[in-house]
Amino acid sequence: MREFGYERASDVPGALALLGAAPDARVLGGGTNLVDLMKTGVERPGLLVDVRELPLDRIEVTDDGGLRIGATVTNSDLAVDPEVRRRYPALAEAVLAGASGQLRNMATVGGNLLQRTRCGYFADLSKPCNKREPGSGCPAVTGEHHNHAILGATEHCVAVHPSDMGVALAAFDAVVSYETAEGTGELPLADFYLAVGSTPHLETALPSGALITAITLPPAPVAARSRYRKVRERASYAFAIGSIAAALDVRDGVVHEVRLAFGAVASRPWRAWAAERALTGGPATAEAFAAAADAELAAAQTLPDNGYKVTLMRNLVVALLTELTEEASR
Amino acid sequence: MTARTTTTTSPAPANAAGASYTRVEGRDKVTGAARYAGEIPYADLAHGWLVLSTIARGRILSVESDPVREMPGVLAVLHHGNAPRVDSDYVGMLGKPDPIVEVFQHDRIPFVGWPVALVVAETSEQAREAAEALVVRYEEETHDVAFSSAHPGTYTPDGDGMLIEKGDLEAELAASTHVVDHEYTTPEEHHGSMEPHAAMARWDSGRLEIVDSNQGSGWVADELAKLFSLDPDSVRVRSEHVGGAFGSKGVRVHQILAVMAATQLDRPVRVVITRRQLFSLTGYRSPTAQRVRLGADADGRLRAVDHQAHSLTSTVHEFVETSAGFGRPMYASDAHRSVNRVVRLDVPTPTFMRAPGEAPGSFALESALDELAEKCGMDPIALRARNEPDVGPVSGLPFASRNLLAAYREGARRFGWADRDPRPGVRREGRWLLGTGTASATFPVIVAPSTAAVTAEADGTFTVRVNAADVGTGARTALTLIAAEALEVPRERVHVRIGDSDFGPAAISGGSMGTRSWGWAVRVAVTELREQLALGGDIPPQGITVRSDTSAAVGALAQKERHSFGAQFAEVGVDVATGEVRVRRMLGIFAAGKIVNPLTARSQFVGGMTWGLSMALHEEAHRDQATGGHVGADFAGYHFAANADVPVIEADWVEDTDADDPVGIKGIGEIGIVGAAAAIANAVWHATGVRHRNLPIRPDRVLSAGGALDA
Repeated sequence: MREFGYERASDVPGALALLGAAPDARVLGGGTNLVDLMKTGVERPGLLVDVRELPLDRIEVTDDGGLRIGATVTNSDLAVDPEVRRRYPALAEAVLAGASGQLRNMATVGGNLLQRTRCGYFADLSKPCNKREPGSGCPAVTGEHHNHAILGATEHCVAVHPSDMGVALAAFDAVVSYETAEGTGELPLADFYLAVGSTPHLETALPSGALITAITLPPAPVAARSRYRKVRERASYAFAIGSIAAALDVRDGVVHEVRLAFGAVASRPWRAWAAERALTGGPATAEAFAAAADAELAAAQTLPDNGYKVTLMRNLVVALLTELTEEASR
Repeated sequence: MTARTTTTTSPAPANAAGASYTRVEGRDKVTGAARYAGEIPYADLAHGWLVLSTIARGRILSVESDPVREMPGVLAVLHHGNAPRVDSDYVGMLGKPDPIVEVFQHDRIPFVGWPVALVVAETSEQAREAAEALVVRYEEETHDVAFSSAHPGTYTPDGDGMLIEKGDLEAELAASTHVVDHEYTTPEEHHGSMEPHAAMARWDSGRLEIVDSNQGSGWVADELAKLFSLDPDSVRVRSEHVGGAFGSKGVRVHQILAVMAATQLDRPVRVVITRRQLFSLTGYRSPTAQRVRLGADADGRLRAVDHQAHSLTSTVHEFVETSAGFGRPMYASDAHRSVNRVVRLDVPTPTFMRAPGEAPGSFALESALDELAEKCGMDPIALRARNEPDVGPVSGLPFASRNLLAAYREGARRFGWADRDPRPGVRREGRWLLGTGTASATFPVIVAPSTAAVTAEADGTFTVRVNAADVGTGARTALTLIAAEALEVPRERVHVRIGDSDFGPAAISGGSMGTRSWGWAVRVAVTELREQLALGGDIPPQGITVRSDTSAAVGALAQKERHSFGAQFAEVGVDVATGEVRVRRMLGIFAAGKIVNPLTARSQFVGGMTWGLSMALHEEAHRDQATGGHVGADFAGYHFAANADVPVIEADWVEDTDADDPVGIKGIGEIGIVGAAAAIANAVWHATGVRHRNLPIRPDRVLSAGGALDA
C-alpha cells in the first residue's frame, strides 16, 4: 500500500502546526469519504491529521439565538440535537437523509462540507476528469451524466456536490469559521464554495492549511417550520438526484419569509435566491410556487440526460412549499 | 431486513425433509468459524493482484515490468510475454471455453478490463501497490460498445432453441382483434456476490490443489486439468463455503492465474478479484431489447405470440441471453415465434445470471400480456387462464406437472386480487399513487448426472460425500435432510461433505438443478446402503460405503415439459411529483415440486423476488461509450435494492407433485426472480396509467414519461 503519515492532534494549534508543516497533509474527520478516496488513489495525502479529538464537538446556542456547531460534531449527534431539531428541523432531516447510521456515527460536520463529488469519472483513475486532473477533460458532458449539474456548471465540470447537510445549511445562511496559523476567519457558506469556471479542482475558498472549527447558524425564526426532501434512486444509501430544503412563514396567505436551497443540481448547495425573491410578499399559492421555481430554474442548462431535474426541482418546490403552507394553516 | 415470511417453523417429524431447519453450518457462518477462499491462511502464501486493460480494443505494445519488479516484496510479474502456455482448444462441460481462459496467451485486448498482468508479491498490499504502478502501453483501435436491437451486426446464432416457429404468425396477427407490439429493454446487470472470487493454488506432492469459491469444484478441476494438460486425477479443487455465486462462479481468470503463478514460483499463490474488477471479469447479464407482438381474439384467446429478443456478446465468445425462450412453455397460441439474436461488441462476455433468459424474457412477455389484458378489457389473471395450454404450446409434449393456475388462485386469494379496481391512475394516498400488478413465473426443471457416496460409520452415524456446492442456498442442509429422510435416522446422525472434486462427478450449482441432481444420487446410494445394512452384520471400522451414479437414470427420463411455475404479485406507490417508485408488498406463490426445507426455500424465493424488485427499480451498469468501460463500477455506483426498498415480501407454494418423477424435487434457485419485475412494472402502470417498458424504472424515467403524473 502507499505509505502515509498519521498524526492525531489534541488541540487546534497542534493541528494547524501539523497542517502547516506538510503541504500534502489532509485533515481526517470521520474518514468516510477521504479514506475511500485514498483506497482508490484519488486522494494521495502524505499526512493525515486526525482532528476527531479536538475540543470542537459541542453544539451551543449563541447569544443571539442561533447555533454554533463544532466542526467535529458527528452527523449522528447533529441530527438528534434538540436545539437543531427545534430551531432548524430541515437540518436534522437533511443529515438523517444521508448515508447510513454507521457512516453518520463517524462523519463530521466539517468533513461533510469538504466531501468530494461522487461523479463516477472523478472516482475512476482510468478516466479523464478536470477536477482530479486539471486539463484532462470532462467525459461526463458527453457521457454518463443523468445525475449531473443543471445549475452553475461549465463544460469543464458538471459534477454535483453530494452533501445533504450543506443544502439545509445554505438555506439558513450558515457561516463557516476556520483557523489558520495566522488567525481566525469566517466564510459565509454562500462564498465558501468557488464557482466552477475553468478550475473545477479548486473547490473552496478556505485558505491553504486552514482548519474548519465551527459552523454558525444565525437566528432564523422561519427555520422552525422547515423541511428537507431528498429524492434518490433507492430508498436509502444513495446520493440525491435532487433535494430541497425549504422554510416558509406565511401570514394571511402571503409569503412573509421563505428559504429555499437545492441539492444535487450544482457543484455546491444551491441557494435559490431568485425563487425566494419571487415569492416574498406574494401569495402562497401553488401557481406562485411554480412561478418562483421557474424563475430560479430559468438559468438551468441541461444535458441530454439530466433535463428531468428541472421538472423534479420545480415539483419539489411546489410540493414542499404547499405542504408547509398547509401545515401553517392547521 | 424487513422481508417477512409467512409460515413459521411448525412441529414436524424430527428427521423429515419438509420441516424447517436452520443451516447446519449456520453457526459457523455467523461466528466467523466458516472460512472462505480468500481468507484461509497458508504458510508461505504469495498474493497476486490483477492489472486490467484500460482500452476497449487493440493490442498490448509493452508491459513495463522492470521497475515494478524492483518494488518491495514483488516476486513476479506475469503477462502475455512470459506466462506459461495453456491449451484452450478443448470442450468443457459448457462447450468451448470462454476465451478469457486464454489469459496472457496473446497481446489482443478485446474489452476494457481484460487482464494484462498479474503482480505477485509477499503481501496483498505490496502486490496491489506494484500493480497500480505498472505501466502498460497499448495500440488502441476504435471500439463499439453501443448496444441496440437495430445494430447492423445483429445475427441469429446457430444452435438449439435460437429460433422456434409454429403456425403462420403474420396471418394470425392480421386476423387478431387486439394486437400489442412494443419493444421492452433491460440494462446490463451484474451479479457481484458478497464474497469475491478468490482462489489459492499450490502444488502438494505432485498434485495441484486449488481452494476456490465456485459453483462446481469438479467443473473447475476438469477445465483446469484440460487447460494445463494435467492428468485429471492430479487436480483437486475444493470450495467448502461460497458467499453467493448466481452464475458468476465458474472457471475464471483467478484460478488460472493462481495456478500459473504457483507453478512458476513453486509456492502457494492466491488471487482475489476485487469488487471493481469483477465488473469485467466474472460475467454479467447482457442488456436486452425485446420486441414482443401479441395477437388475440376479442375474448383474449391468443392467436399469435412473437418474441424477438436481442442481446450482446463479446467479440471473442458467443454467449446468448435467451430471453425469447421464456414464453415457449407458457401460453397456448395458434402461431408462435421466438428468436434470440445477438450482436458482438467490444465488451466482456456476458454469462449466466440468475434465471438467464427467463428473468429479462418474463419482463417483456409478462408486461406485454398486461398490455393485452388492458386492450381486451380483461383481468390479467383471467387472460392467462384463458390461454392455459394442455400440452407444451410449442413442443406438444405433456407437462410433468403444471400448477400455474393453482398458484394464481392461491396468490389472488392471499393478495386480495378480487377487490382490485382495474382502472389505472385512480388510487391516491397522500403523495403516492397506488397500483397492483401480477405476472407469471416459470423456470425449467433441469437435472444432471451425479455421483454420491454414503458411508454407514461404525459409530452409527452416516457420512455423505457428494460434490455439491452450497452457494449460500442451504444445499448442504437440504442434502442432510434428504439423506436423513431416506435413511430414516435423525439428521444429527448425518454428516454431509461437499465442495471437493475428489468426491467424483456431480451437477454444478446452476440452472436450479443442484438439489434435484445431488439429492437423487444421495437417495440412490442410501437405498443401496440400506439394502446392504439390512443383511445384518457388524460395521467395520472403515464403515460401509455405497456409491451411486445417476447417469443412466437421468438419461432414461421420459421427455416431458418439466417446469416450475409461479404467480407474482406486487403493490407499488408512485410519487407523481418526484418519480419515485416504492414497492409496498410482494407475494409470490410457486408450484415448484417438493420443497425440501421450507426455511431455506422461502429464503431462496424471497431472495429472488427481492432481486426482481431490484431489477425493476434499481439495477443498471453504466457503460461509458467514449472509453468503452464502466462508470461507477462499484456498489456505490451500481445500485441494487437497499433494505429500505424491500417491503413485506411473502413467498409460499402450492402442492406440485408428479407421480412419475423419481425425485419430485424441481429446484427453486432461479424462479423467484422470474416475473417479479413485470409484476412491479404492471403495478406502476396500474398506479399511474403509464407503461414503463425500459428497466430500471428510475425516477427520471417516471418524471419524463408524463401521463397521469400531471393529474
